[in-house]
Amino acid sequence: MDTYDDSELTPSKSASSKLKEYSIGATPLQKRLESVRKQTTFVSTPHRKKILQCSQLQEDVDPQKIALLLHKQWTLYSLTPLYKFSYANLKEYSRLLSAFLTAEKHKGLAVEVGEDINVKVIFSTLLGVKGTRRDSEAFLVQILSESQRPAGKLEEKVLWTGWFCCVFGDSLLETVSKDFTCLPLFLVNGAESNTAIIGNWFQNTFDCYFRPLSINAFNLSWMAAMWTACKMDCYMATTEFLWSVPCSPQSLDISYTIHSEDAKALWDSVHKTPGEVTQEEVDLFMDCLYSHFHRHFKIHLSATRLVRVSTSVASAHTDGKIKILCHKYLIGVLAYLTELAIFQIE
Amino acid sequence: MAAEDLNTVFSHQQSNLVQLAELSDDLFSSLGEKVFRPLDKLPQLNTPTILLVSTEEALLQQLVDKMLREDCASQLLVHLAKSLPLPSNVTRPRIDLIVFAVSLHSKHSLQNVQESLRQVDTSFFLGRVCFLAIGAGQENHCSVHHQTILKLARTYQSPLLFTDLKTEGFLVAMAQPLVRMLQICAGHTPGVSTLSLLPLQSSESPFLKDL
Repeated sequence: MDTYDDSELTPSKSASSKLKEYSIGATPLQKRLESVRKQTTFVSTPHRKKILQCSQLQEDVDPQKIALLLHKQWTLYSLTPLYKFSYANLKEYSRLLSAFLTAEKHKGLAVEVGEDINVKVIFSTLLGVKGTRRDSEAFLVQILSESQRPAGKLEEKVLWTGWFCCVFGDSLLETVSKDFTCLPLFLVNGAESNTAIIGNWFQNTFDCYFRPLSINAFNLSWMAAMWTACKMDCYMATTEFLWSVPCSPQSLDISYTIHSEDAKALWDSVHKTPGEVTQEEVDLFMDCLYSHFHRHFKIHLSATRLVRVSTSVASAHTDGKIKILCHKYLIGVLAYLTELAIFQIE
Repeated sequence: MAAEDLNTVFSHQQSNLVQLAELSDDLFSSLGEKVFRPLDKLPQLNTPTILLVSTEEALLQQLVDKMLREDCASQLLVHLAKSLPLPSNVTRPRIDLIVFAVSLHSKHSLQNVQESLRQVDTSFFLGRVCFLAIGAGQENHCSVHHQTILKLARTYQSPLLFTDLKTEGFLVAMAQPLVRMLQICAGHTPGVSTLSLLPLQSSESPFLKDL
């Protein structure tokens, strides 16, 4: 029935060809199980990665909306696919979520005397924030508070922002059936209490599951290398690394700052193949920094834990916090984060 | 020649001599003296000896305690070292099993183990070497990918064990197999030689095997 192809293909290519063979009559569950099984047996180190610049879908990007996404600190979550989510019903979802939010806020709380604060939730799509045409459209959720100012004006303030996106999430899309919408990356800016309430509503309505996404030191060093590799017209910030030294009673933090031009020069001397970043190059780049530090301070930074990386493109913290500074490389940053989120889901 | 010139020539020669002495020192040290060989010493009666090489000595101390408490007919000797080569001024018995412990949270420990591996004679790798990967469970703290250590174990054709030395249960679960392995390596288990431990190695290309 199923013919095995024993040709010398690279693992990832042969996996997708086998998946296609299986897809005749294979249920999504079977496909899912296959992909998870393959994920654990394949080499999951990203040996090479493409450095992404702007995506091709730039025509319908709203610069104002994109500006909302930059220069803000986002907390990352990974999200399993949403069941029966429809972009046509965004207004409906807005109403339902506003009602839910108001109900939650009034639960057990004393009624406040003073200003009348109404909260409303707005769902809106973020056009252009995706990698391929198959990726689901990103959408934005905002909690606005309307407060009546004494002067009689209605003031709208954004209390909380969250957005869902999927950039190059092909590996997830293949194994999921038509009813599900794949938006594995969820970014939040705002109060934790609101995040919990909104998260609950989504989990109840769409049968999905949120999990905080943390970035380990291995991935942080990859990010550092990829973002240093990005060509920038002007460098807005210095490149900064933060390491945490585990020692009692309190942990020490070591901060290492370099001029972005110097970091780029170091990367250029290490980098060989254009358009791709390999594991060896990343290791060599970090080893150069470590050995330079060791020469001056006799401290082995490789024995400590990399906690934060900050470049002109973006800055990331191991607790799953990210701040994107450059709109040109937004898609590239999101693509890597989507990959991490998908890896965590699986 | 002027006096200063003589002085400079003399100091040059002196420094050359010093350099030569250092070079010969290195040469002697790189010769058989510090390279580990499995059978270069006679075994002591009833004392299987294990050597644990790791930068994470504090973590391994607990594992050592658990191992010493294991029920074993022979008297175990456990040596802990930060790296190889070992200082030659101490007399030690024959080492039966070397365990290289790498913490996945620290790239430094991996580099240290890679350096130490060069000091070990190839005949050790016929079952007398084992790799231990610590801390794979805490994904957040990992700066070494587990594939790196898998590749290392595969290159050296030695078994690889994953463990977490912080929990009691894991410590006990790790102490037992290590003690059993040590007994086999010391030849205290009749009928089983170190080559019987070869199936414990990480298998090659599981993808092809599965399909």
